[in-house]
Amino acid sequence: MGQEIILKQGQNSSFLKPLLLKLTSRFQKKSVLSSLKKTGITVLSILLFLGLWHLGSKALYNKEASFKIEKALTERGQAAADAERDCIASGESSCQPNTLPSPAQVWSSLQSLIADHKVITADKAAFSAKMADVNAKLIAKGKDAIVYTGRASFIDIVLTSIKTVFAGFLLALLIAVPIGIIIGLSPSLRSAFNWFIQVFKPVSPVVWYLLVFMIVKTLYIGDSTDNAFVISFISVGLCAMWATLVNTAMGVSSVDKDYINVAKVLKLGTFQKVFKVILPSSLPLIFTGLRITLSVAWMVLIAIELLAQSQGLGLFVWEEFQNGANDSNAKIIVAMFVIGIIGFLLDRLMLTVQNGVSFNKNEAV
Amino acid sequence: METLNQTTVAENGIVFPSKVMLDLAKLKKVYPTPKGDYVVLEDLDLQIMKEEFVTIIGHSGCGKTTMLSMIAGLNPISGGNISVLGNPVKGPGPDRGVIFQSPSLMPWMTALENVMLGVNQVFPHVSKKERKDIAKYYLDKVGLAGAFNKKAAELSQGMQQRVGIARAFAIKPQVLLLDEPFGMLDSLTRGELQDILIEIWNKEKITAVMITHDVDEAIFLADRVVMMTSGPRAKIGDILDIEFQRPRTRKSVLEHDDYYEYRKHLIDFLEH
Repeated sequence: MGQEIILKQGQNSSFLKPLLLKLTSRFQKKSVLSSLKKTGITVLSILLFLGLWHLGSKALYNKEASFKIEKALTERGQAAADAERDCIASGESSCQPNTLPSPAQVWSSLQSLIADHKVITADKAAFSAKMADVNAKLIAKGKDAIVYTGRASFIDIVLTSIKTVFAGFLLALLIAVPIGIIIGLSPSLRSAFNWFIQVFKPVSPVVWYLLVFMIVKTLYIGDSTDNAFVISFISVGLCAMWATLVNTAMGVSSVDKDYINVAKVLKLGTFQKVFKVILPSSLPLIFTGLRITLSVAWMVLIAIELLAQSQGLGLFVWEEFQNGANDSNAKIIVAMFVIGIIGFLLDRLMLTVQNGVSFNKNEAV
Repeated sequence: METLNQTTVAENGIVFPSKVMLDLAKLKKVYPTPKGDYVVLEDLDLQIMKEEFVTIIGHSGCGKTTMLSMIAGLNPISGGNISVLGNPVKGPGPDRGVIFQSPSLMPWMTALENVMLGVNQVFPHVSKKERKDIAKYYLDKVGLAGAFNKKAAELSQGMQQRVGIARAFAIKPQVLLLDEPFGMLDSLTRGELQDILIEIWNKEKITAVMITHDVDEAIFLADRVVMMTSGPRAKIGDILDIEFQRPRTRKSVLEHDDYYEYRKHLIDFLEH
């Protein structure tokens, strides 16, 4: 009913008609309402989470603060306790309790990290401007240019991590997909490889790192270039490739029998059979595997960067923890959120790609 | 017809009476089980003539599909012989087109690509355009002229089976094998597809063997209805000649005096 009335009103402005039709169709209305409701619930849950976090950190802060005052009282008397209380109340950084930071502290830490990034970027620009002439001369003489070796900003660190994870992902893809296809096609190769997969799949990222370290260290012997990046992306790739390997082999070996029969009746050659029938039909499973691989890669990355001393988020978190400065805890929480959000975005990205290649739209969830 | 008087020389040099397209002789199928061999088919003899449309009915599990997949070459023969124009069947090949029970289209390909998959394989020396024309011709024949570029996954079950029919005819097989192709469709769609199938068949006259559960379908389409006994050790139980004029219409068949006689014959066989 309401739809009709709105349509009538829209008649005098005919260019609006399709728009109105669109806006007022029942389906659209319903979906707008339900998406509004969904957004509302999400916002509400975020606010609730922040509230709980705030209260929790406040409670922890108070607990540590009263312990500090108590300690000053028993060890050094009333005057010292009063001084301690005043010091904490004044916000003086030297006597602040070092505990779970509040949402506000984390927010200001994020801002200071971004400000820091701007400073460092400006530094870099100034450095390269200053060194431009020198470097031009060095290059003219056939020598290496002098590069900026100052501390990396938080954004640089995040970018390094993303670079590492994609390099590892690419390595996993290049190893696991071809091998998966080959062992998927041949049952005997599949049983030959099976023990290998079963034994190495559960190995922890730390051990993979050590293995890669042993090999890469020797390969780079006598070479002074930094191999932390190489070691970390190879370790990440080796750790994360198993899901793709298993899924590809499974996808290729379990192609619908009907398709195989069609290929047989048409007498398709091996090449045609693999590329026109088997691979397209196993693509959805291969991409499911790749999606798992990317999320595993991102998860193990943090531990591996820490071990490999690669300038990424893993090392950042660890150094902040070791550092123990006043805002270190807040920086760790910032890193935690950044890690989580990037992981989420990577997964969304893979899901989109996966839906794109899936021929049965209900299959990918 | 003239072709019926010609003879065909088989691989082994024996002159074969040319009327026979498909010859099943003493056909046997055994599945080994832990409790001993299970004999599905035994001593099955059947000759199918050129340009003949044969439907096969029998109870579920009697081995109809086994027999058809053996003719297609997808299932090995345990004993006896199957030959097409005197040449023994050694494996699957495009000389025996199959329309499967499920449409079995590649869902990631368009309707046209699905038909082209077969056409490319069978006519590799024909120009790409001509191959496309062949595929389009048959898709047009099954009423999918507007859906060449639709992905198979987007088509309804009935539409998919239309593509299946087009794909089978487009490779111009000598024998067409149909394994309950309309079993999964609703009765309205089934009727439509029967009409489409018989229309193309009237034009192409490809020897056809079709399994069905539907007595009316069996009578409407066939020159002969072959009844198989229930397994194990199934064989041909009875054969009924359907002597309706071709081309037939559903109406003329239903109104024919012999129709209920045929129907009764088949149902009596199935019930005993």
